Amino acid sequence: MNFWTLPESFSTFGDDIDAIFLTITWVTVAIFFIVEVALVWFIVKYRHREGQRALHIHGSMRAELIWTAVPFLIVMMIAVQSAGVWFDARFPGRIPENAYEIAVRAKQFEWTATYPGADDELGTEDDFTSRNVIHLPADTPVVVHLTAEDVIHSFFVPELRVKQDAVPGMAQRIWFEMTEPGEYVLGCAELCGLGHYRMKGRIMAYTNDDFMRWDLEQRRPAVAVAGTASTEAGGAP
Amino acid sequence: MTTAVVTGPGGAVQHPVHHDEPSFVRKYIFSTDHKVIGIQFLFMSLLFLVIGGALAMLMRYQLAWPGEPLPMGLGETRAPGGIILPEFYNSLVTMHGTIMVFFAIMPLLVGVFANYLIPLQIGAPDMAFPRINMLSFWLAVPAGILIVASFFVIGGAAGAGWTAYAPLSAVSEYSGVQAGQNLWNISLIILGFSSILGALNYITTVINMRAPGMTWFRMPLPVWALFITAILILLAVPVLTGALIMLLFDNVLGTTFFLPASGGEPLLWQHLFWFFGHPEVYILILPAMGFVSEIIANGSRKPVFGYPAMVIAIASIAILGWLVWGHHMFQSGMNPMLGSIFMGTTMVIAVPSAIKVFNWLATMWKGDLHFHVPMLHAISFVALFVVGGLSGVFLASTPVDIYLHDTYFVVAHLHYVLFGGSLFGIFAAITYWYPKMFGRMMNETVNRIHWLLTFIGFNAVFFPMHMLGSAGMMRRLYDYTEYPHLEPLQETNIFMTWAAFALFAAQLLFAVNFIWCLFRGRRADPNPWNANSLEWTTPSPPPHGNFPATPVVHRGPYEYSSPDVADRDWYPQDELPRVVGAPAHAAETEVRR
Amino acid sequence: MLAKRISGIVLVGLVPLLVACGGDAGDGSEGGADGGAQQAPVDLSNAGSVSGTVTFTGTAPAPQPIDMSDEEQCAAAHEEQPVRHVVLTGADGGLANVFVYVKEGLPAGEWPTPDQAVTLDQEGCEYHPHVFGLQTGQDLEIKNSDGLLHNINTTPDENRGFNISQPTTMTSTRTFTTPEIMIPVRCDVHGWMEAYIGVTDHPYFAVSGEDGTFSIDNLPPGDYVLEAWHEHLGTQTANVTVAPNGDATAEFSFDAGMAGRHVPLGEPLVVRHLGHGHEGGDAI
Repeated sequence: MNFWTLPESFSTFGDDIDAIFLTITWVTVAIFFIVEVALVWFIVKYRHREGQRALHIHGSMRAELIWTAVPFLIVMMIAVQSAGVWFDARFPGRIPENAYEIAVRAKQFEWTATYPGADDELGTEDDFTSRNVIHLPADTPVVVHLTAEDVIHSFFVPELRVKQDAVPGMAQRIWFEMTEPGEYVLGCAELCGLGHYRMKGRIMAYTNDDFMRWDLEQRRPAVAVAGTASTEAGGAP
Repeated sequence: MTTAVVTGPGGAVQHPVHHDEPSFVRKYIFSTDHKVIGIQFLFMSLLFLVIGGALAMLMRYQLAWPGEPLPMGLGETRAPGGIILPEFYNSLVTMHGTIMVFFAIMPLLVGVFANYLIPLQIGAPDMAFPRINMLSFWLAVPAGILIVASFFVIGGAAGAGWTAYAPLSAVSEYSGVQAGQNLWNISLIILGFSSILGALNYITTVINMRAPGMTWFRMPLPVWALFITAILILLAVPVLTGALIMLLFDNVLGTTFFLPASGGEPLLWQHLFWFFGHPEVYILILPAMGFVSEIIANGSRKPVFGYPAMVIAIASIAILGWLVWGHHMFQSGMNPMLGSIFMGTTMVIAVPSAIKVFNWLATMWKGDLHFHVPMLHAISFVALFVVGGLSGVFLASTPVDIYLHDTYFVVAHLHYVLFGGSLFGIFAAITYWYPKMFGRMMNETVNRIHWLLTFIGFNAVFFPMHMLGSAGMMRRLYDYTEYPHLEPLQETNIFMTWAAFALFAAQLLFAVNFIWCLFRGRRADPNPWNANSLEWTTPSPPPHGNFPATPVVHRGPYEYSSPDVADRDWYPQDELPRVVGAPAHAAETEVRR
Repeated sequence: MLAKRISGIVLVGLVPLLVACGGDAGDGSEGGADGGAQQAPVDLSNAGSVSGTVTFTGTAPAPQPIDMSDEEQCAAAHEEQPVRHVVLTGADGGLANVFVYVKEGLPAGEWPTPDQAVTLDQEGCEYHPHVFGLQTGQDLEIKNSDGLLHNINTTPDENRGFNISQPTTMTSTRTFTTPEIMIPVRCDVHGWMEAYIGVTDHPYFAVSGEDGTFSIDNLPPGDYVLEAWHEHLGTQTANVTVAPNGDATAEFSFDAGMAGRHVPLGEPLVVRHLGHGHEGGDAI
């Protein structure tokens, strides 16, 4: 297992996130070594010896200013770099126009993906669903409308560098674009009850052609199915 | 700069002496003596430290060998046939966090040392409100009983995490937990009142009861840290208490503050909780920083480098601490613009922490380092707090947090701060002030072994957690091997579990030493560490009323290796200035050295 | 629900007593719906029985396919595409999974709690049986034969509910203390898994088989009101008279138009005894 490295990234902004991760790693590892080496050096060099007397000094304004200003500049540099990527990944205005849109609803302890049917629109009669497996095209921006039914869940796809809490009563819109077809693990990252650890799913990413084929197969004409007995969402106790 | 100085007529004030021998109950149980209350908190919170640690051992067992039965049963509803159930695992996660934060670390730092140290270090005979102080402890006791009792009610103990995110914590049907969540709520509400009463007391005492000559900038840094911590408690805990009452109402009265079905808002809970919770994080570290400053100066036989900078750093952490709570919520669905702002404030708060680390290093620079056990723990604090601080930078960066949020990286980070930081600070403080508290020395050799095992064990348990986080392992997972990409992490987890068992065993070593030396330890001198502050001028343990006569302070607490005294390397705060011709009671006008 | 609210208010008021409340509430002295206390055992020397058929007319809703594709182990347990029957009918119009029980007319008395447990098995990510009854105090043995995580989330109103998990092959035992028609059971890991439990304080209940037949035995002679409960079609009642050592029959018929009617869940069952008079009539 590699130490600081994250698993390979398969989303467009994933590499940018990893770049910041790497920057922070270098900066922090450097600071870590500076501090720890100084600490060990002082421990060895200034250990008590007979006749040794400590330097009676109360401080130094210059030193204080230096070690206030330098860390400030470093963290601000990291913050600025981070803000750019954060904007790209999260700001609603940055969501691509031509994205393929699906809805994902999280409930204890299942993910249900809803796809637009023949009319290419979500929320209509001909939508179709899948449980725990989300089929998506790679190389196309995807928008997920994320909701939760009961408690807070979190939509976490490590290899896509995507994580977003699904909060009951809130509608979230997240987007990503996968760079390669494949299978990516989806997990729940927010403690959601006794089945939390098993609230896992998969994202199946196809090439555009394969996805189109799969999509057509699923797009059946809407069949009116009678309502079910007791699947109404429960309210407060 | 304020110059609030309490002057006594003629400098030395005699206390009114009442020599009615108090009954055993008044002396040791319902005592109003700040020292006894501090020690009561010490015994109680050390007990909770052991309980919290034992819960962690069960979690570590499950994480190393998911689904394998424990060697012992724990009851049908918790671990039938020894197999830990997911709901019990969630209770373990929740109660480990809750007990460690609210019943171990917080009272160890504040309940114990604010009570014990503040009057002794500022030269006061007791707290400003001794009876409120007693009430503060006796509110903590039922809170502790309720939280332990919650393990034994139907449905088990609370299982929504120590952060108790609603709606999971607000609807028992969602979590399977029934009375346990309510007991958790009620316990923390009661404990909140205990903290608030204590905080009022500490603030009042520091402002009003300092000895003559104890100016603000002659106060030892533990007092500064505890004073600012008390202000944080007074302002933050009521927010939690309010939120807890709302959560309790959601659970038992059918209100829907946090339930969206009838217009409630789950994120409201998170905002309220973290508005308390982030100041709480600093409540859990600032006092330890104070202790460590004190002990590093003592061990280095050198004045604290940049005393004013240390105070300003604590104060600015305390102020900035109110503006960063949103960094717990970057992935919660909060407006991303808000996320950027919280990232900015969070990055800035790293600066005062860095200032403190550099000042500790500079304090050791050109010192005359004595590695007594408290010093070993204090140096470990610096070494480990650095790791916790730096890993915080990863989490502060919003895009990196997308990946790392709610993974073991966060668990590693918080344990480096709360165990590597706070708990090492606590060990430093306990070993440092133990002789004063009990009049006996702890066994040095056993303590050194304990320190070494703890330092190694701690790193062996928690450093690999960074890697688990980088590999994408989520927090609070009962069985991560369900995920194919996490299955290879089992070997690392097994290693960590063995290390955790060793770490726990090492603490038992400390416990035995602690108890044994209460009765059999070598008698302690009044000033075993050759320290300057006022508590070392009274006998060990100090009598009721602390000081035979109110001390008069002539200088700051860290005048080690002063050129004014050539024959030794310490210069107590209340010692008359040796410079010929200096007036004995010029304390008020004397410029701080 | 109101009772819950009120008890909540009391709880907040009596904080220190909460432990005690939490501790003993599960022991089930809150029942108290059984009318006569300390009654002699009912005379069953000349008991008879009731049997009959539940029929369904009209078109049953089409079975809904269950997407078990992500649950390989469970999918493998089913040779055909697993489906969820909203209405399960037999070849000749029989309606299955109907809970039939004596609602009114029993003589005052108490029936001993059976020693034998009722088993609810989770196999192939389905509950077996789907609808069943048990007596108050009788052990409910919940068995996980799948070896993968199921949780058992019961949401009664009259009884204390529970939401427990079974991460592996294991058995848990629970009991209900108060008669209740009916208690829904679901597994949140597998959203399609549903079962319904009828809890009575007497042994006179049955569940119709796939052919719609049921039979209730060992019933003392008398006039009874029987109720038939279906998860989707609501309830029907029938009056029967059981002669000494006689076999009475009761027929129930549901039709497709009843879909969407009120389905009692979490309602208390207070068996009215002989002599209190009994009015039949629709439950709705």
